[in-house]
Amino acid sequence: MTEIQPAEKVEDIEIRLLLEALYITYHYDFRNYSIASIKRRLRQAREQMGFANFSALQERVMHEPDMLPRLLRYLTVQVSEMFRDPSYFRALREKVVPHLRTYPSLKVWVAGCSGGEELYSLVILFREEGLEERTIFYATDINQEALHVAESGIFALDRVRLFTENHRNSGGKSSLSDYYQAAYGRVSFDKTLRRNVVFSDHSLVTDAVFAEMHLISCRNVLIYFNRSLQDRAVGLFKDSLVRKGFLGLGAKESLRFSRYAGAFDEFVREEKIYQKRGA
Amino acid sequence: MTTKAEAVVVGASAGALEALSAILPALPREFRLPVMVVVHVPSDRRSVLAELFQAKCRVQVREADDKEPIAGGTVYFAPSDYHLLVEPDKSLSLSSDEPVLFSRPSIDVLFESAADAYGEGLVAIVLTGANEDGAKGMRAVLDLGGVALVQDPDRAFAPAMPQAAIRLCPSARVMALEEIAMYLQKV
Ligand SMILES: C[S@@+](CC[C@H](N)C(=O)[O-])C[C@H]1O[C@@H](n2cnc3c(N)ncnc32)[C@H](O)[C@@H]1O
Repeated sequence: MTEIQPAEKVEDIEIRLLLEALYITYHYDFRNYSIASIKRRLRQAREQMGFANFSALQERVMHEPDMLPRLLRYLTVQVSEMFRDPSYFRALREKVVPHLRTYPSLKVWVAGCSGGEELYSLVILFREEGLEERTIFYATDINQEALHVAESGIFALDRVRLFTENHRNSGGKSSLSDYYQAAYGRVSFDKTLRRNVVFSDHSLVTDAVFAEMHLISCRNVLIYFNRSLQDRAVGLFKDSLVRKGFLGLGAKESLRFSRYAGAFDEFVREEKIYQKRGA
Repeated sequence: MTTKAEAVVVGASAGALEALSAILPALPREFRLPVMVVVHVPSDRRSVLAELFQAKCRVQVREADDKEPIAGGTVYFAPSDYHLLVEPDKSLSLSSDEPVLFSRPSIDVLFESAADAYGEGLVAIVLTGANEDGAKGMRAVLDLGGVALVQDPDRAFAPAMPQAAIRLCPSARVMALEEIAMYLQKV
């Protein structure tokens, strides 16, 4: 007979339905993200947007497309820094760049670029190493607002101190202040840094491969996926890289449990930099 | 004593090292539960807690990896600068979401996700600390039927965190470190 469900079970069902509704209605697919962290952020959204439960939230989001960007702000985490984990960028500079130099032209993909912090870090590093001119950078994300921020190159002034320190610790050869102008509590990065950048809306969950990349940097995105989704994304990277191309992940991400681990060699183990096998 | 216990979560801040030293090394070799631990450490420093305690403990101790299946008889420390969460399928997740109450890793984030995953099978422990992290998480643990233990604030290096937990969770059991260690040996 009908048994009363405890409250948290109903919540789980509502969350599953909400994610399904988002997928069917808007083609945003969060169904295979890590549940624990999606749940936490959806609870924040529900509270701060003032809904009594997820069914009510679902109804509004389905009927008012304007609500979608607001919800996406919760569902996609926009936490980033320039030269985050300076030792990663140092390893790229010291160990990967010498290999990249041997190519006459280069393609770099920053997947899940958020507001552009990681992208600008790489462009500056490439400029310092004299590789920028021969490189096309692809910066992709599913969050449109984040992509717009990335394209604007504008950041809050109070973040720049950390960026500067990170840049220095990464072995930066110039001064970060060479690349931006400060005004009204914000800094605006030089538009020439975007000369060779293509921004685009691309999902690692639902979209296809990019061609012939020499370096893919995808940091702190895979931790938000469950294992099968991580496999999909890594498969996408494998197919998008040239032979001997490089893949850089976040400090706490690895290919250890991946279905495609065998397709890569550890190139700089401590920094989670991998190289696609030649064969 | 509860026999339902399936997992233990621990949160500690200022004075954590000493407090944990009274608890983790006391766990017997055959301890069967997983123990997830959040300690607030400065974000720019690589966490050495796992190595430190591995040398002192009879159970396995390591830093948590993303999407790692949770194993019994193992202590998992949250890495510095990442939140540690428990998934419903009893694996671990890391996240670089914003700090909560200025903390990443956050005790609340671990406790709330673990409460969802383990319900009444969870034992949550709040130790010494100078902030209020853990109180909300402990509330969630109790609301879902779990067990709440708090270090006696009068005997804690920093009383604020246990005090905040007790304020929000008046039914939590207040204990000295040795009593918490004893409790775990029999859980
Ligand atoms: C925590 S940020 C990481 C930013 C940056 N890569 C870093 O490490 O500092 C995660 C980013 O992944 C993006 N993201 C989430 N799901 C995605 C997907 N399916 N495809 C592409 N990007 C995604 C989010 O919008 C967000 O910008």
